[in-house]
Amino acid sequence: MGLQIIKPDTKIDFIGLRKIAFAISAVIILAGLGSLLIKGGPKYGIDFAGGMIVQVKIDKNTDVEMVKDAVSGVKLPGLVVQTLGLDGDHEYLIRTSSSNITSEDVRNKVTSALSSNLDGAHFEIQRLEMVGPKVGADLRTKALEALFYAVLLIAVYISGRFEQRWTVAGVMAAALGFGVYGIGLLGVEMGWLIIAALVITVGLCWYLKLNYALGAVAALIHDVTITVGIFSILGKEFDLTIIAALLTIIGYSLNDTIIVFDRIRENNNARKGNTTFASVINTAINQTLSRTIMTSVTTLLVVFCLFVLGGSVIHDFALALLIGVGVGTYSSIFVASPILLGFGPSAKEMEVEA
Amino acid sequence: MQSLRWRAVTALVVLVLGLAYMLPSIPGFKESAIGKILPGDSINLGLDLKGGINLTLGVDMDTAMDNNLARLGDDLKAVARDKEIFVLRPNVLNESQIEVVLLKSEQKEAFEKVITDYTQFTIEDTKIMDGGKEEYILSISPQYRSDIEKLTMEQAIKTIRNRIDQFGVAEPDIRRQQDNRIQVQLPGLQDPERAIKIIGQTAHLEFKMVDDTADIAKAKKGILAPGRELSVLLKKLPSGDYAETPIVLKRDAVLTGEYVTDAKVLLDNWNAPYVSITFNARGGSIFTNLTTDNVNKRMAIVLDGKVYSAPVIQERISGGRASITGQFSREEARDLAVVLRAGSLPAPVEILEQRSVGPSLGQESIDNGIMSAFIGMAMVLCFMAIYYGFAGLVADVVLCINIMLIMGGLAAFGATLTLPGIAGIILTIGMAVDANVIIFERIREELRRGLSASQAVAEGYGRATLTILDANVTTVIAAVILYQFGTGPVRGFAVTLTLGIITSMFTAIFVSRILFDLYLKSRSDSAKLSI
Repeated sequence: MGLQIIKPDTKIDFIGLRKIAFAISAVIILAGLGSLLIKGGPKYGIDFAGGMIVQVKIDKNTDVEMVKDAVSGVKLPGLVVQTLGLDGDHEYLIRTSSSNITSEDVRNKVTSALSSNLDGAHFEIQRLEMVGPKVGADLRTKALEALFYAVLLIAVYISGRFEQRWTVAGVMAAALGFGVYGIGLLGVEMGWLIIAALVITVGLCWYLKLNYALGAVAALIHDVTITVGIFSILGKEFDLTIIAALLTIIGYSLNDTIIVFDRIRENNNARKGNTTFASVINTAINQTLSRTIMTSVTTLLVVFCLFVLGGSVIHDFALALLIGVGVGTYSSIFVASPILLGFGPSAKEMEVEA
Repeated sequence: MQSLRWRAVTALVVLVLGLAYMLPSIPGFKESAIGKILPGDSINLGLDLKGGINLTLGVDMDTAMDNNLARLGDDLKAVARDKEIFVLRPNVLNESQIEVVLLKSEQKEAFEKVITDYTQFTIEDTKIMDGGKEEYILSISPQYRSDIEKLTMEQAIKTIRNRIDQFGVAEPDIRRQQDNRIQVQLPGLQDPERAIKIIGQTAHLEFKMVDDTADIAKAKKGILAPGRELSVLLKKLPSGDYAETPIVLKRDAVLTGEYVTDAKVLLDNWNAPYVSITFNARGGSIFTNLTTDNVNKRMAIVLDGKVYSAPVIQERISGGRASITGQFSREEARDLAVVLRAGSLPAPVEILEQRSVGPSLGQESIDNGIMSAFIGMAMVLCFMAIYYGFAGLVADVVLCINIMLIMGGLAAFGATLTLPGIAGIILTIGMAVDANVIIFERIREELRRGLSASQAVAEGYGRATLTILDANVTTVIAAVILYQFGTGPVRGFAVTLTLGIITSMFTAIFVSRILFDLYLKSRSDSAKLSI
């Protein structure tokens, strides 16, 4: 047999570590939420907030202050200058508001400011994006809807798949649909709607004893919250690609969780009289540990390549994936499984036991 | 072993198909001898990769409805007048109602008969006014409104397409979207701002008579004689900007751009460009009559509500030609000729969203994407080979096949590859080996339990397959939702991710099993399996 990172007889007491794990998770989540609270919510990119960005690449050693000084003379509403990508790239993002100004004006003003204030350095406007307020609001709604439906469908799939209780899953979907529709009628913002949907989902899973679904949904909420929180702490902006990354993280996190849960179920069905559910879970996590680590490593390897080499446009997207894949791996071991334990084997398993 | 042969044949067929579709996308391959006989086109690159501009335009439907109602009202007035029924000029109240005042209420019956010919109108309300007048409120049906909306959108798209064709952009993509929006994609454009100007200009050309007797000072305060309006006369300054001087015009246009059949740029005696327009027969005769009747008066040439020039009519002009002068640069004159030839937009459009990527950034993104894909792939390949030995090599082979199938699939389905799409492929490289990892770990477990190599392989594949299918469904759900709600480049990510998951299940479960079976067949069962 080839190399083995995890020895076959590894028996780490993951369940025993759950208190420490919960504490670590809680600290990171609270830090992220705190940052969101202080900063007044997530920082939206132009996709969601509307506005204009101009990406310039300068063929000379410059820093963000120089570019800021160069363009500060021209009157552009709500001007912000940021560096883009890695340090040696000399790529900058100049962001302005898009109201009462045309993209042509912005292009001309930036061009004249840079050519007169940068000692004749060569530069190129590589990209210009303008998103009007109407489109920004539309994209925001669409992104939130996407997150919402992803959570909904996945919750239904997991309860159906794990508990073999498709009827209950269907009932849950219907209840969730009606609940959210009802709240939607009150004209609540989409963001609150998602939070409401999550609360209803978690509540229903708990009430209907859909414990696997509860664990999986809790884990994905955990992963997305941490990723969003870290993004807020790092001062990164949310745009459409970040939403794509979040959805991918949801997919990945569940993938990981399902593999572990599948093993738990398999072992639980074959369990002998005196073994506890905690030790069943522990065995399953240990048995799948090698796979969990291998897959994380290969995925993180390629995402890291993308992060370093992928270029400025894709940089933050890769960062989100890097955080999410890491956290997703952690959560399937330390969050999803202990929650499953916390609520005991579900009704179905009780029957098997009896 | 019969089944093994069939499985191998199936895998080979898929492989060859994938290869046939993938190869044309490799630069330079299409021109080669094999490239010429292959069916597929190369993969479409998104605008973020090949550079270009993506615009979302919003058609101002309220203005379109207003214009339409005003025209309908004028028409009603004219028809009534032909029957000697006199009404005041109709007023547009809102986007679905107009107000018409009948001067003599004794003509009520006759007038209502005229209205019944207009099936789109229903009489909402009537009110008797002082002096024997009667006020009518007419409203249009929702059906008519939606017909007009549809027509307006079609006309706007047609006009925009005409303009882009005249401007000369290869492979433009113009499509209608919800909420009266139009998406325009122009690949590989060097001067986005100029294209935006050409596409976004309403280009509503009108000829109106100037009222030189009006008091400009009073007009600026809003005091205007009936049927007059205040406009501005543009004069180009040396800086390139325009100075605006107020000018009073008669409100009714005497001639409009509808009658224009051609527009071209000519040079005057001082080599300054101007736009010469040609009217059709009807427009030509109107123009001749107009100039005959108005010698020594000023006529304003109004484009989108602004007066470009207001020359004095020196003499009767026949021949159906007019010229628009306005101290244009050659480029401006050329662009104006383009929009006049292509016709005016039925309503003003607003640029709601614009994304333009320069060709250099696009190429840079492709290079970066390929670079990270290659390095990421090399790392994963080495890692798998070192960790799993022979089995790792099997995983490596099927991973390469997988990437090939993704590329082939993209070409076969005519999907568009975007920068996030490349990221999706790279992510797939990392995630695709997962299926093999799950299988191999299971085989290792079975081997430890003492099973023979072939038994362990059979058991490993058997037990792991369902788990793999299961785990991948969630990512597919996420990707499908992303496709549904995402726009542009993000959709490209959803496409490659989904395609990557499907092909990876095929290669990691089906193809790798074939390789294992072939390997096991070629050796004695007691030999150790390198995994």
